[in-house]
Amino acid sequence: MKVIINGESIQLPDTVKRVSLLLKHFELEQKVVIVELNQTILDKSMHAETVLTDGDRIEIVHFVGGG
Amino acid sequence: MLKIGPYEFNSRLLLGTGKYPNFDVQKEAVEAADTEVLTFAVRRMNIFEANQPNFLEKLDLKKYKLLPNTAGASTAEEAVRIARLSKASGLCDMIKVEVIGCSKTLLPDPVETLKAAEILLNEGFIVLPYTSDDVVLARKLEELGCHAVMPCASPIGSGQGIINPVNLQFIIEQATVPILVDAGIGSPADAALAMELGADGVLLNTAVSSAKDPVKMAKAMKLAIEAGRLGYEAGRMPKKQYATASSPAEGMVVS
Repeated sequence: MKVIINGESIQLPDTVKRVSLLLKHFELEQKVVIVELNQTILDKSMHAETVLTDGDRIEIVHFVGGG
Repeated sequence: MLKIGPYEFNSRLLLGTGKYPNFDVQKEAVEAADTEVLTFAVRRMNIFEANQPNFLEKLDLKKYKLLPNTAGASTAEEAVRIARLSKASGLCDMIKVEVIGCSKTLLPDPVETLKAAEILLNEGFIVLPYTSDDVVLARKLEELGCHAVMPCASPIGSGQGIINPVNLQFIIEQATVPILVDAGIGSPADAALAMELGADGVLLNTAVSSAKDPVKMAKAMKLAIEAGRLGYEAGRMPKKQYATASSPAEGMVVS
């Protein structure tokens, strides 16, 4: 399926059906990341059950240095 | 002891984490500063470079409270979104509300700051708004219920020090919550002055990260803030126009 991650159109393998699998796909499962799906922020506990669908707009953000 | 909402800190220095030469220097500087609060920004991740190093991963998070900022926001709506994202990390509930209203001066938008603060307070955040040195705005932010107010000394990253000590003093005098001087501090003298004026703490970043020796400057800032605080508590002598001799006027060995 095709989704938009951080503003970029990305083709995902068919096996990547949930948010938790998406993070695993990009090797982010051990990282401190926050996921927003179609403007809804997901709690970590929701990652495993949240299903992805074609055309989803996903934001994956993290903490960077700042003042 | 610095109390911000439910949290208590021994250190009155809050440190930013941007623009250090490298993570090793940064880690050493953070240790030298003896800080307990570190600020961060929230940004999109480069998902194709999952292994890119991240400073947060190098920290013992039990030792520090994270204070994410809403930098990048120019409206209350954007600030609220960034704040919610940061809280969803499960790592923090403090937020530095930073809504920039002018790209050249990086001065905050007071109307949007107030709006964002109100929404986030209602959502249970510990809210620390970054403001200009506007005395009335500082009071209004307190009246909303903000847990601290953070007036700037001078524009962000400018290192100009405290350009309006009079306003800053008014803000401090009327305060019912901690006043943390945020932004514009350039040298240990600036930080000490902020504390001598009665500020409860100082938040700085560039003054340390852009120093020739950030580790040494971090230590200097820690000492300056401690000295300034002690000086404030001790109560400085009044200024006089003319000299007053320190040695006795009697028994002088001159005729």
